[in-house]
Amino acid sequence: MTATVLHRPGLARIRTARAPLYRICLGFVLLVVLLALLAPWLAPYDPNTVDLGNALAGPSGEHLLGVDASGRDTLSRLMTGARTSLLGPLGVVAFSTLAGVAVGVLAAWRGGWLDSVLSRSTELIFAFPGMLLAILIVAVYGEGLLAPVIALAVAYLPYVSRLTRSLVLAERERPYVEAYQVQGHSGLQICLRHVVPSIAPVILAQSTINFGYALLDLAGLAFLGLGVPALTPDWGRMVFDGQSAIQQGYPLSAVVPCAAIVLTVVAFNVVGERWADQVSRRDR
Amino acid sequence: MTTPSKTAPKTAPKTLDIQAFRLHLPGAVRPVLTGVDLFVDAGETVALVGESGSGKSLTSRSVLGLLPPGAGTEGTVRVNGEDVLTMTPEQLRGLRTGTASMIFQDPRAAINPLRRIGDFLTESLRLNTRTDRAAATARATEMLDAVGLTAKVLRQYPGQLSGGMLQRVMIAAALMGDPALILADEPTTALDVTTQAEVVALLADLRERFGTGLLFVTHDLGLAAAISDRVYVMYAGRIAETGPAEALFGRPLHPYTAALLDSTPRLDAPQGRLAAIEGRPPSLRDEVPGCPFAARCPLATFLCSQQAPALLPVVGEPTRRTACHHSDQLREMSTDATHA
Repeated sequence: MTATVLHRPGLARIRTARAPLYRICLGFVLLVVLLALLAPWLAPYDPNTVDLGNALAGPSGEHLLGVDASGRDTLSRLMTGARTSLLGPLGVVAFSTLAGVAVGVLAAWRGGWLDSVLSRSTELIFAFPGMLLAILIVAVYGEGLLAPVIALAVAYLPYVSRLTRSLVLAERERPYVEAYQVQGHSGLQICLRHVVPSIAPVILAQSTINFGYALLDLAGLAFLGLGVPALTPDWGRMVFDGQSAIQQGYPLSAVVPCAAIVLTVVAFNVVGERWADQVSRRDR
Repeated sequence: MTTPSKTAPKTAPKTLDIQAFRLHLPGAVRPVLTGVDLFVDAGETVALVGESGSGKSLTSRSVLGLLPPGAGTEGTVRVNGEDVLTMTPEQLRGLRTGTASMIFQDPRAAINPLRRIGDFLTESLRLNTRTDRAAATARATEMLDAVGLTAKVLRQYPGQLSGGMLQRVMIAAALMGDPALILADEPTTALDVTTQAEVVALLADLRERFGTGLLFVTHDLGLAAAISDRVYVMYAGRIAETGPAEALFGRPLHPYTAALLDSTPRLDAPQGRLAAIEGRPPSLRDEVPGCPFAARCPLATFLCSQQAPALLPVVGEPTRRTACHHSDQLREMSTDATHA
């Protein structure tokens, strides 16, 4: 089975049997998710409590990662920010996967003019930068997580639909599909009950990789001041808030969320690549 | 062996009745199937033999309405009196769920490897006839028992079964809807010889027990002779010859059947090279005005290359029909051989 996303050079370390890198990354992903879920109980301070007298203080016993220019505890903001920073990409991935699979299956199964229409129109989205689309939609609909999530979901849809289409085209040629047809199953039943489940692992691996990229894009939008409302803690927003402090010689409040973003994206990508790799090596 | 006309009332429609069926594919100069006439009576086993590409699989698929994309058809294909070619998709699904079912060549490929056998067997009943799970499972157990497998198989995955067992599962699946007709598309080709014999015996046994009509598609003449009541020999999309298995193989009245029999390896035959039929079947890109076998036929004359012979009843043998201008010569030759 071939799928372009699955084969990239330089993955030896992820591919080895014990794959320490993969395990570390999986652990990190789980840790971030856990922190995000439990943030309200784990965060040492209210992420929005302003303490201007203590502004830009360095790490100490009270504030493990220091405070930002408004005197807000960086660790608390980081933990609470993980919620929006992960929820956004989750929405993007959920929507783009569901819609992408639907479009891809429909295009491959029906074929003909419908395939042409769907494939060409999703390719049209390829030609349009996702970030630009998101900025456009946010500009029209204003602040809030929903607008950029929908925009990015549309931008990520072609990746999923294209992959799905190619997988379904290969899958529908397998004799068991015809055997089900002969048993009187309708095309929809065969698709939903047999074809989609058998291609699901590949799609999920691709979606995990997409999650990392979506996180990066959403953080970029937040950094530009688009998307999340000003007071909501968000990693991209924290980088934006911290940039003036860098000029004053206090980089910590911007560097910490940056590191969180980079590490999380890398971790998601490594995990996704590993899953994709396992699926592609599975004996089919 | 009882003649089917005695078991079924004369007025009842034939289980399968194909009349003057033509199938044309886009890009082919001549029809892939031309004037195919074929019937299967209730409870009868009919073999359809021919070499690869002769159109035998295409014929059996057409019975279930599984036509290649862009195919154009003429004639009628009736299952229990209803024309498959004019059915709506809904009617076709009904036909496939109940009246007719198919056994595929390679069970390993035709059964979804990710699902348990139980799922595979019961799914069609549960989804398409609103049978509840318990009833469907009971039916599946019964059918597995009929093909000689235990209910334990229900919980197993296809990968855990041998090829022979899987083909039995396939047969059980074909029987699930209590069909009037089973189409077996080379059901033993992917199996080894001993398993083949088991599966063939099983099919014959089930045919007696459930009274299903069986259209057995194969390229194995020995198998066809062993299992079937009647045989159709197909060549280049036409029926070359048909008749009761014994008579047809004992005394072929079409040069193609005769050549096929001659090229069958025999253990008791004198040593020497295997006889092969010279040349190859006509390509779909070539127009064939006359008999498609003319180019390879030892009896061919000018007439053969000009005019395609019709499938006509053999004089004195009403159950046999052959499509050859020179079947008389063949008959004389075989009579001479018997006398000599």
